[in-house]
Amino acid sequence: MNLGYSDSQQAFREEVRDWLQAHVPAQALPSFDTAEGFEAHRAWERTLAEGNWGMVTWPEAYGGRGCDLIEWLIFEEEYYRAGAPLRVNQNGIFLLGPTLMEYGSEEQKARFIPAMASGDEIWAQAWSEPNAGSDMAAIRCSATRDGDDFVINGQKIWSTRAVFADWGFGLFRTDPDSERHHGLSKILVPLNADGVTVRPIRQLNGLPGFAEIFFDDVRVPAFNVLGGEGEGWRIAMATAGFERGLMLRSPARFQQAAKRLVRLYREHAQDLLDPSVEDAVLRCYMDAEAYALATYQTASKLVGGGSIGPEASCNKIFWSELDLLIHETAMKLLGARGELEPATPLELQELGPWLDGFLFAQSGPIYAGTNEIQRNIIAERMLGMPRK
Amino acid sequence: MGMDFTFTEDQLTFVDAVRGMLSQEVTPERIRARWDTDTGVDAEFMAQVAELGVMGMLIPETLGGLGLGATDFVMLAQACGEMAVPEPVVEQVLVVAPLLTDILERGLGGDSLQAMVDDLISGQMTVAVSHPINPFINFGDRSNWMLAGQGEEVSLVARDHVALASKRSVDPSRRLFEAELDNANATSLASGDVGADLWRRTLNRGALATAAQLVGLAEAMVAQSVRYTSDRAQFGRAIGTNQAVKHLLADVAVQIEYAKPVVYRAAYTVEVSPSRADFAVSHAKVAASRAALLAARHCIQVHGAMGYTWECDLQIWVKRAWALAREWGDEGFHKNRIHEWLLQSNALLGPEFTFGRRTLTDTVAA
Repeated sequence: MNLGYSDSQQAFREEVRDWLQAHVPAQALPSFDTAEGFEAHRAWERTLAEGNWGMVTWPEAYGGRGCDLIEWLIFEEEYYRAGAPLRVNQNGIFLLGPTLMEYGSEEQKARFIPAMASGDEIWAQAWSEPNAGSDMAAIRCSATRDGDDFVINGQKIWSTRAVFADWGFGLFRTDPDSERHHGLSKILVPLNADGVTVRPIRQLNGLPGFAEIFFDDVRVPAFNVLGGEGEGWRIAMATAGFERGLMLRSPARFQQAAKRLVRLYREHAQDLLDPSVEDAVLRCYMDAEAYALATYQTASKLVGGGSIGPEASCNKIFWSELDLLIHETAMKLLGARGELEPATPLELQELGPWLDGFLFAQSGPIYAGTNEIQRNIIAERMLGMPRK
Repeated sequence: MGMDFTFTEDQLTFVDAVRGMLSQEVTPERIRARWDTDTGVDAEFMAQVAELGVMGMLIPETLGGLGLGATDFVMLAQACGEMAVPEPVVEQVLVVAPLLTDILERGLGGDSLQAMVDDLISGQMTVAVSHPINPFINFGDRSNWMLAGQGEEVSLVARDHVALASKRSVDPSRRLFEAELDNANATSLASGDVGADLWRRTLNRGALATAAQLVGLAEAMVAQSVRYTSDRAQFGRAIGTNQAVKHLLADVAVQIEYAKPVVYRAAYTVEVSPSRADFAVSHAKVAASRAALLAARHCIQVHGAMGYTWECDLQIWVKRAWALAREWGDEGFHKNRIHEWLLQSNALLGPEFTFGRRTLTDTVAA
């Protein structure tokens, strides 16, 4: 055990810090769930890619830096410290990217990864269907083989970023006689293809952060099937494992929010009336750090050749509940003014982005597998409790 | 060498060996047997532990020990919690031995202290520590000497000059005593800044000792509850198939998973940078207590009426958790230390400072 950084890790941190200092936009970008904000975030992805910072864990040939997971954590720490824009392409770089690296053919990697890294192609995810939410194996959206193509029909829903994104990935039933998790394939679909209709869904904050996608005889080449026909479930589980396990929500995000919360608390400590707030602030700071420590532990294990176990299902519950507590506590500190949507620069300065974060935090226990489903997984796969 | 938050093969192998021995020798039956004895101690068991080399792990080789650190011992402390070892093995190894070492290395103690170190390595509880934060001394009657504190003073008192009053703990495995010292016969070893520093380090080691055991206690309670709810049937199926039951235990599992790395970081900090360990240790104590107290509550619940009986062995672990959550600083004490640290204007806060400025030897801005 060595809980200190080497000279090269420290040098890497400084290199990241210097670059971010020179490039992070001074003004916060508009939300990427607006047309204007989406393109501003795409431009930021291009800037990152020009510096080879798009996804530091990827090989240099794909625009990365061949970094290990410890360096990725260092990068993320500096990224959130610098207040850099959220990653509009996170569905691509954090979820699809690792899957492409593991299951994609060389031709598929060459086709999709550079465009993902450069921000030229922004990705939406398309897992859920109206009758396949927590029960993802109930997927019915079909992809029927026709020569060198697949023809897709059906509907997806809750597809994050789909309103403005260029591509989507998801599971489709390629074997019409199959049931449950058999006969599914992971397919990549251009959202501007003929027969694709995207209907925006407004989220709690009023913006169209996700969408329904309707497929009406949408033709995609068989080339777009990732990891082989009928292998979709296995590959999706690997993606879901990655999502819950490590990359979806890096600890730095919550540590930075906890730091801002401590500052807010210091400002309001004098006129604080609710004694529970003090306890919550401490808990937020501690839990954010605990999440970081647990992630360093997992990353160290992976760097040393180990693998993520079923205990990774604990992550999703821990960070989503932490995110709620951070923002609930901030709202308490803001008191009556907490309900205000900041309209002027002065109000934004005074109130911060807490209301935005508070609204977003409501979704944490739901997306990427509800926390109730996670608890079932923990009980059955990690603790070994009986299924029936 | 870069960041590496894993244990070595050697560390894991040693823990496995000791854990195997503990699971053979420390059974619920034998724990209950100790409850009916005068001393509450199984001397034969202590000799077995000493034979494995556990007692002197943290004592430097120059003083006859193995010269290892808190990082090497922390998972053993966790295993002692998991097996609910009644004897204060963890406290002897992680608190008493390092305090004796600190005193000897500062040239503050003589040959008599070296003899105490030798006894400790052989599994005899020759010395007890009476730290100002603890109103009671567990197994205080088993020792010939007491290292006692009043304010910043560290003094050595022979057992003959200490009046002990027995107190019953909720946990029948614990033997608590209130001590009254005859100050006229106490030998002062350190005072002022030196004494304060010795007590502060000792407090951090004591809190780490309880935190590591609390994690192990919580793990054991969950394991027993999984077994019970898998066997016990109602409505024609195991009660553990119900989501309401599963989720109670899953909630505990989450707290345990996130207490473990915090406790390991505290152990590392105590070993590498003891003078800066306050925050890491207090965090560990708060997180481990939270996990263990939640385990106690949820595990009693899933045991149903059985969980409220004297017969059910779960009580051995539940009661230990209730006790250790209070020893070496309760929740209020440790949260207060964290609070003070967070309010310091020069505290290093934020994602880039999880491990200090660069290492854990540097956690506060100059």
